[in-house]
Amino acid sequence: MSGWQVTPRLPDHPNFLWAEAEPKPAYDVVVVGAGGHGLATAYYLAKEHGITNVAVVERGWLGGGNMARNTTIIRSNYLWDESAGIYEHALKLWEGLEAELDCSIAFSQRGVLNLAHSLGDVREGRRRVNANQLNGIDAQWLGPEDVQKLAPIIDISTDVRYPVLGATYQPRAGIAKHDWVAWGYARAAHALGVDLIQGCEVTGLRREGERVVGVDTARGPIRAGRVALAAAGHSSVLLSTLGIRLPLQSYPLQALVSELLDQVLDTVVMSNAVHVYVSQAHKGELVMGAGIDSYVGYGQRGSFSVIEHQMAAAVELFPIFARAHVLRTWGGIVDVSPDASPIVGLTPYAGLYVNCGWGTGGFKATPGVGSVFADTIAHDRPHPLAAPFTMERFATGALIDEHGAAAVAH
Amino acid sequence: MLIPCPWCGEREETEFHYGGQAHVAYPDDPSAVDDAGWAAYLFVRDNSKGWFAERWLHRAGCQRWFNAVRHTVTYEIAAAYPPGATRPVIG
Ligand SMILES: Cc1cc2nc3c(=O)[nH]c(=O)nc-3n(C[C@H](O)[C@H](O)[C@H](O)COP(=O)(O)OP(=O)(O)OC[C@H]3O[C@@H](n4cnc5c(N)ncnc54)[C@H](O)[C@@H]3O)c2cc1C
Ligand SMILES: [Zn+2]
Repeated sequence: MSGWQVTPRLPDHPNFLWAEAEPKPAYDVVVVGAGGHGLATAYYLAKEHGITNVAVVERGWLGGGNMARNTTIIRSNYLWDESAGIYEHALKLWEGLEAELDCSIAFSQRGVLNLAHSLGDVREGRRRVNANQLNGIDAQWLGPEDVQKLAPIIDISTDVRYPVLGATYQPRAGIAKHDWVAWGYARAAHALGVDLIQGCEVTGLRREGERVVGVDTARGPIRAGRVALAAAGHSSVLLSTLGIRLPLQSYPLQALVSELLDQVLDTVVMSNAVHVYVSQAHKGELVMGAGIDSYVGYGQRGSFSVIEHQMAAAVELFPIFARAHVLRTWGGIVDVSPDASPIVGLTPYAGLYVNCGWGTGGFKATPGVGSVFADTIAHDRPHPLAAPFTMERFATGALIDEHGAAAVAH
Repeated sequence: MLIPCPWCGEREETEFHYGGQAHVAYPDDPSAVDDAGWAAYLFVRDNSKGWFAERWLHRAGCQRWFNAVRHTVTYEIAAAYPPGATRPVIG
């Protein structure tokens, strides 16, 4: 091969969607956490409220948390009026989001089935359909045969451990490509003047008296008129620096994908009772969510027994999955509240706002919570859709219990 | 994860049921506790990133409760001890 002169050359990098910023000494608003919620909040602060002197400060990389680890299910068919309010607000925004952000997010309204496997599930499901309809949300109750029409690969025989007794169906529900959503908000926020700062862990909250006035970070202090936390599973860690204790427990939640397969499923199927939720991505891999570990953990992996349990149920429900292979599994740290509803709003400290407790189901809320949290921060009062989700509800007893019959929510 | 039951020794985690934070005492004078106090007692637990004392039930084994001090990032268990015993000092 002598005489060959090889100059290794990579193709040029495609255009960057945003430029990395160095932290400035001060901002009007510092948002902690560049997941979907933090990025959307920054975007709506700039877009809807003209507050553009904003930084989003991220410990790792943008979208490296739960935002790009979730199974991307979007739906608004929650039981209580408070939840219907915020999740349906989000779904309406999803329906216009590609135009709003001027980019593709592969939003696909392919419908979501929530299966019922027991009499308790059936009652809960029918009740939820009725509640949804009263709230103007598209919802139907389907019997087993209609379930199979939408998802022919489901086994609806009656002699199995978890027979399909019916399902709720929300046609407008669906999936989107989660990393594209994060990048879409990042690009749009950056274009409006928001600084996106990665690799910059917030280590403490700076206060003067009863007011929070900035953050300490791995790259030095940053002053802020207002500080907005959107740190998902690490919210307790941040708040504990001020001595604030919230009713949150953090657990790893896992998901997995198969190899690329022919299209066999064009809707989303969820079964809370057996912890299976599955959709087939555009490329062809089966995307499946599993359950949370039973014990508190910040190890971003999760217990193998959870995957085994989930696979057993998935293969029973979809017998042809027995031929598929698990390509990879991963985990994200989710912050779970006692009533499976989030905590959004003001705190005992002026200038400090929290958005947390979305647990296993906050991806679907991304545009909704971004707009509502931004409004809360801009006006220093809870947006009406956020007002029920205060931390005070645990003392007043006005809980918003979204566990459903199976005692889990995604 | 292998969990060391004080009575049975190390067993696979699937044999155990989790009981959350250990050493959370029932209020001494319940009638004196206000709503905020009850909310704190009922709903609020430490969510430590690091060493955490927690309760476990060896459900598929001796069926006894015990406490363990576990690291919530590495999942190392530094001590397991009977209920009623004081929390060992770790780290
Ligand atoms: C496996 C899995 C499946 C899921 N499936 C679904 C689903 O199908 N549908 C659904 O609606 N929801 C789902 N969820 C939940 C959803 O992903 C979360 O509720 C949502 O992503 C949380 O908001 P976020 O995007 O802002 O969080 P994240 O992306 O986790 O953002 C929080 C960010 O804060 C950063 N951070 C933390 N501490 C600090 C600090 N001290 N300083 C600076 N930055 C910090 C983190 O690095 C992280 O990037 C799932 C979650 C997981 C893990
Ligand atoms: Zn034992």
